[in-house]
Amino acid sequence: MATTLFTRKPRELTYNPKRPVWKEKPSALYQTVKAVVLIVFSLSILTPILLVVSTSLADTEQLVKAGGFVLWPERPTLEAYATIFKGPMVLQSLGVSMLVTAVGTILALFVTITMAYATSRTVLFGRPVILAVLFTLLFAPGLIPSFLMIRQLGLLDSLWSLILPGIFGAFNFVVMRSFFMNIPGELIESARIDGANDWQILWRIVMPLSKAVIAVVGLFYAVGFWNSFFNALLYINDHSKWPIQLLLRNFVVQGSGAADQLGITTTPPPQSIQMAVVVVALVPILMVYPFLQKHFAKGVITGAVKG
Amino acid sequence: MNSTTEQAPALPEARRVPAPAGGNTSGSGAKKRKRSKPPQQSFRSRLRRDKQMLLMMVPGVAFLLLFFYIPILGNVIAFQDYQPYLGIGDSLWVGWQNFVDLFGNPDFIHAFWNTLYLAAWQLVFLFPVPLVLALIVDSLISTRVRKIFQSIAYLPHFLSWVLVIAFFQQMLGGAGFVNNLLRDWGMDPIPFMTNPETFPVMVVVQMIWKDAGWAMIIFLAALASIDASLYEAAAADGAGRWRRMWHITLPGLRPVIVLLLILRIGDILSVGFEQFILQRDAVGAGAAEVLDTFTYYTGVVGGGWSSGAAAGLAKGVVSALLIYGANKLAHRFGEDGIFAKQVR
Repeated sequence: MATTLFTRKPRELTYNPKRPVWKEKPSALYQTVKAVVLIVFSLSILTPILLVVSTSLADTEQLVKAGGFVLWPERPTLEAYATIFKGPMVLQSLGVSMLVTAVGTILALFVTITMAYATSRTVLFGRPVILAVLFTLLFAPGLIPSFLMIRQLGLLDSLWSLILPGIFGAFNFVVMRSFFMNIPGELIESARIDGANDWQILWRIVMPLSKAVIAVVGLFYAVGFWNSFFNALLYINDHSKWPIQLLLRNFVVQGSGAADQLGITTTPPPQSIQMAVVVVALVPILMVYPFLQKHFAKGVITGAVKG
Repeated sequence: MNSTTEQAPALPEARRVPAPAGGNTSGSGAKKRKRSKPPQQSFRSRLRRDKQMLLMMVPGVAFLLLFFYIPILGNVIAFQDYQPYLGIGDSLWVGWQNFVDLFGNPDFIHAFWNTLYLAAWQLVFLFPVPLVLALIVDSLISTRVRKIFQSIAYLPHFLSWVLVIAFFQQMLGGAGFVNNLLRDWGMDPIPFMTNPETFPVMVVVQMIWKDAGWAMIIFLAALASIDASLYEAAAADGAGRWRRMWHITLPGLRPVIVLLLILRIGDILSVGFEQFILQRDAVGAGAAEVLDTFTYYTGVVGGGWSSGAAAGLAKGVVSALLIYGANKLAHRFGEDGIFAKQVR
């Protein structure tokens, strides 16, 4: 017995320290299929991003030679970016998107945190009411009534129409609330005995304990505001108030009157200018992605599983 | 509201009453108090005690009323001949007329069937992908490979649909990367993005690209929660790889699969609004018209507010019935479904 244990252990360690003893080594075919699936999936995601970034950086000569796209810029130049920022349109829409994202995220966090805290302890009415409300949030009021509401409020062509409909998300609320509910009641009780009121408890006790979840939910909201395109399509006519996503749609996806629309006379080929706009919309997301990725999986799972 | 500061000293007293009516019913606290049910305070004293909490709900409740519940009531215009200058109060009531017209409208019928058709494609081809990916990722031994793959796979979830479609156009569009290559090699370009026939495939591919990685998360979590000793015991009893998957992994995943299916079925008529709006011009209304785009084009673009609202309402009601039905079905199969999950 002792000898078998002894001989088995080193052999296992040499070929894989983590594979449990009872697990058979997968066949070569199975391994290959797995590798192919993962690699193809990853490449399908990375290639378009690389293509777009490279094309936006490529110089005219290389682009013309390659017939429109390059996978690697040989002589990278920022000419396309210089061009799009010369006209007013891209800068304006970036400004709009940033403003909407910043104001929207702050408001959304305020509404979500207060609502989540207030419902995380049983107040006047109990859990059933809150669950019933949560359940209704599975449904949607519909496009036309929402539109009429915005019009009724006089928000058409106002940036508030991009902000207000997005300041409360049922999913983010559930994540936040389930986190607050897990904060020990004793902490809150003791603060109350010391004379703190509910606002003070929220500000001094609950929020400092929830920094991580607040960061995640904030990022979710920010990404949502940055990415939202349909609200702008519905509510905004004024070109000077277009967010970047709508600009992207009209300029790249529909590809109409590219250069004139941006108010620029084009020297670099339209391809690289279009790609530069795509990159401008993409970069903020890529910048926050590492932070998002660090925390979101946890948030999603608490939200989804605990409901 | 300066009353919040005045009220502060009084509050602790009100709450010092033995076991306040769940003033702090959170996790552990709730369990302790469950046994001895506290005497219910009068409504008024509870109101005074919870004043600040209720105040905190005001922004959220205002939001829900303004942008959720009142718009839901706004659906009544589906039963009116709604005229913007008259408003809801003065527009004429027409009963079911809008719905009668709607179901006689070939465009609507087309949008309806097209929605179901695309939904079926999604259900059959989209739903299993994250599961398969999760099984593969879960079987990876190297944490590094796993981390790298996850970082790549989650990314597209955070890109807007506009960006996704832009990427697809640049890759597969008529003047896109792939077709340029094909031309260089002397082959005919393939109209990936504009062919109405293959549009459902394109839709599913785009959805897989954007969200399959993300959807994997929940399966990965479920896989991680399966007791590893079950596998070990099964292996000791001679169960092979596939047998273990069939008898341990899949049963372990069943609640998650059922829950996701229910949510998916309730959502089935919302096949992907932005995705279609963005591509409707390229492939034509024939292939890309779904209930949501129909509502948008009839109502907002065409000014047919009432028929648009009727289409939206019809969709909403059917979705609600589907959620209810799917949940019922789940209960029948002995699963929690969504309602039980929340009440627990």
